[in-house]
Amino acid sequence: MQQTLEQKPPVSPKVSAPPMAPTFSIPEPAQMPVSADYKTVGVPLVENAKFAMRDVNVFYGEKQAVFNVNLDIGENEVIAMIGPSGCGKSTFLRCLNRMNDTIDICRVTGSIQLDGEEIYASKMDVVPLRARVGMVFQKPNPFPKSIYENVAYGPKIHGLASRRVDLDEIVETSLRRAGLWEEVKDRLDAPGTGLSGGQQQRLCIARTIAVSPEVILMDEPCSALDPIATAKIEELIAELSQNYTIAIVTHSMQQAARVSHRTAYFHLGKLIEVNDTQKVFTTPDHALTEAYITGRFG
Amino acid sequence: MESSVLLPVLALLCALAFVAGRSRSLAVAGVGGMRILNSLPFYYGSLTAFWCALPSLAVVLIWSIFDGVIIENMVHALVPPAAVEAAGGNIGLVMNQVRNLAAGHLSADSVEPAIAAAADRLVALERINRWALTGVALSFALIGAILAWLKINPQLRARAKVEDIFRWTLLACASLAILTTIGIVMSVLFESMRFFSKVPVTEFLFGLEWSPQTAIRADQQGSSGSFGAVPLFAGTLLIAGIALLVAVPTGLMVAIYLTEYASPRMRNLIKPVLEILAGIPTVVYGFFAALTVAPVIRDMGVNLGLDEWLTISSESALAAGLVMGVMIIPFVSSLSDDVITAVPRSLKDGALGLGSTRSEVVKLVVIPAALPGIVGSVLLAASRAIGETMIVVMAAGLAANLTANPFDSVTTVTVQIVTLLVGDQEFESAKTLAAFALGLVLFVVTLGLNYFALYIVRKYREQYE
Repeated sequence: MQQTLEQKPPVSPKVSAPPMAPTFSIPEPAQMPVSADYKTVGVPLVENAKFAMRDVNVFYGEKQAVFNVNLDIGENEVIAMIGPSGCGKSTFLRCLNRMNDTIDICRVTGSIQLDGEEIYASKMDVVPLRARVGMVFQKPNPFPKSIYENVAYGPKIHGLASRRVDLDEIVETSLRRAGLWEEVKDRLDAPGTGLSGGQQQRLCIARTIAVSPEVILMDEPCSALDPIATAKIEELIAELSQNYTIAIVTHSMQQAARVSHRTAYFHLGKLIEVNDTQKVFTTPDHALTEAYITGRFG
Repeated sequence: MESSVLLPVLALLCALAFVAGRSRSLAVAGVGGMRILNSLPFYYGSLTAFWCALPSLAVVLIWSIFDGVIIENMVHALVPPAAVEAAGGNIGLVMNQVRNLAAGHLSADSVEPAIAAAADRLVALERINRWALTGVALSFALIGAILAWLKINPQLRARAKVEDIFRWTLLACASLAILTTIGIVMSVLFESMRFFSKVPVTEFLFGLEWSPQTAIRADQQGSSGSFGAVPLFAGTLLIAGIALLVAVPTGLMVAIYLTEYASPRMRNLIKPVLEILAGIPTVVYGFFAALTVAPVIRDMGVNLGLDEWLTISSESALAAGLVMGVMIIPFVSSLSDDVITAVPRSLKDGALGLGSTRSEVVKLVVIPAALPGIVGSVLLAASRAIGETMIVVMAAGLAANLTANPFDSVTTVTVQIVTLLVGDQEFESAKTLAAFALGLVLFVVTLGLNYFALYIVRKYREQYE
């Protein structure tokens, strides 16, 4: 007995733990484990779903970018998708009109239904799908054509107007809805690229609504704009929500709080929480959501 | 020491000057070390080396421009007037004799003593000349190096001076290209003026018949050449037009396929093959056109019964044009490829997001946005087609036919320049000088085309950006 005690190696002072500092340690949220079969908290599913996503996974080559997302987007709803950079929210958004098809190594599994129709079905044609589900991009990307031609582009390729007067009407209506008509009605022949950044983005929105989509996807539409232009776009989103279903990805939590009805929080490719916007920003259900909206990481 | 060792010795002196300058800068820096020097020791060394090399090289350059003339004049004085008269008053012939004798091509027995003396004098003068040049150049090198070495002190702005020298060197290189261009233009211009003093400009530019064979003696056949270049211009345009008809659509579609449709594997396969196409020597294209394509086209023309209405020749504009078109496909495709790839992805995404098909994206967004670059590449291809020589020499024939019939043989400006200047020519006849006039026209047209290309590119830029 004695001998075994003696054989025990002496405790080296190097190994001994430093004295515990009286800190309260917050677990680093980015490190917080989210299990592979994590189940979204809150209310991801709704009654009048326009879009219904079930078990959606997205891969870039070997790397998985989105994990098992289950989410509904209701008719005429504005849903905001927030989360830290690289959390998969933009990738997820781009699945909804199959823009990810343009990336060779991207692969999507699971089910995404628009009005009960599977959009990743082999018989689904992406051309009419993208006309139904329009998209506004992060950076304003007007075509190098006149303002008129920018808006008329969609109606022309889809044959929505047979006569010039019909086209004129679509262009005017779309520009009015995008809140740009008064600013540009005297110079419709001027190049769209000559407008200011905010005007360009509203031109892109006008271009999108000119093909009468049912859903508009917006991928950080204000991130390249100044605060005044941002305020105009946000106003516009509120107006458009009367007629369209809108899904918006944003880095600005204030923007999400101002424009959306429901908010979805993504973290490392997983949909953590979906709730009414007000609830997400006041009493979130998940600790990660709370950590993000209170600015502890982002 | 002979002049052949001049350059090695000079190089050695420069190296020594560099080492000396560098170590002196360290020495004058003294205990304060490098910190008190204005520049790094390297620059002091370089400055000393430059002072060693540049004055000496300048002396060599100026010397070698003038020494020939001076020696010649000194030898002239020794040639007796009688010898000049014996050579028909042509001093050049006598001097040739002297030079040949001096170089050992002639034996001294075969010429007059006065000329042999002149040749000896020439040999002696040339030896002295070489010695003097070597001595003077090396003295300049030494003096320059020593002066620079003495001037080294911590306040000397050696780096700034060395960089100035580099800047002037760069400028000299840039001017070289410009001066060469000016030189070529001038030579072409002056020879053309001589041509136009023999043949009126209007006849050259608007005449419909080209037959440049002028007789050397009055009693020969066909003594009056005619220099109407319109058949040549027409032939050039016909062949270049056919080439562009082949190359532009094909090249553009290749570029569109590679950028918008092809899978990465296909792209990696096709691009290198196109580059091989661009690397084939034009002379190989030439015999391909002459031996393979031209007979096929002739037979095809005959089989289609076209020979009832048209002349069908075994050397045809069509053969040359088609092969030339294939040759310039890679130019059009790779230049267009670059400009199409440069169209921002966001534009394509925008169009796709509106529900465009791929072809709509290409037709309505990519091509309009890339148009300035595409037009530029087409005009560049046109320049290339107009200036191309080898294929046309081999496959299109030499007959200056004024015709729009692609099965007939035609000739081009470049082909005629080649045939006018190949072989023994005298530089006084209108026939030879005509080549310069044709060169001038070619130059003006190509310049105009390039200028026009730039204008188009700029115009579209303003509109689109």
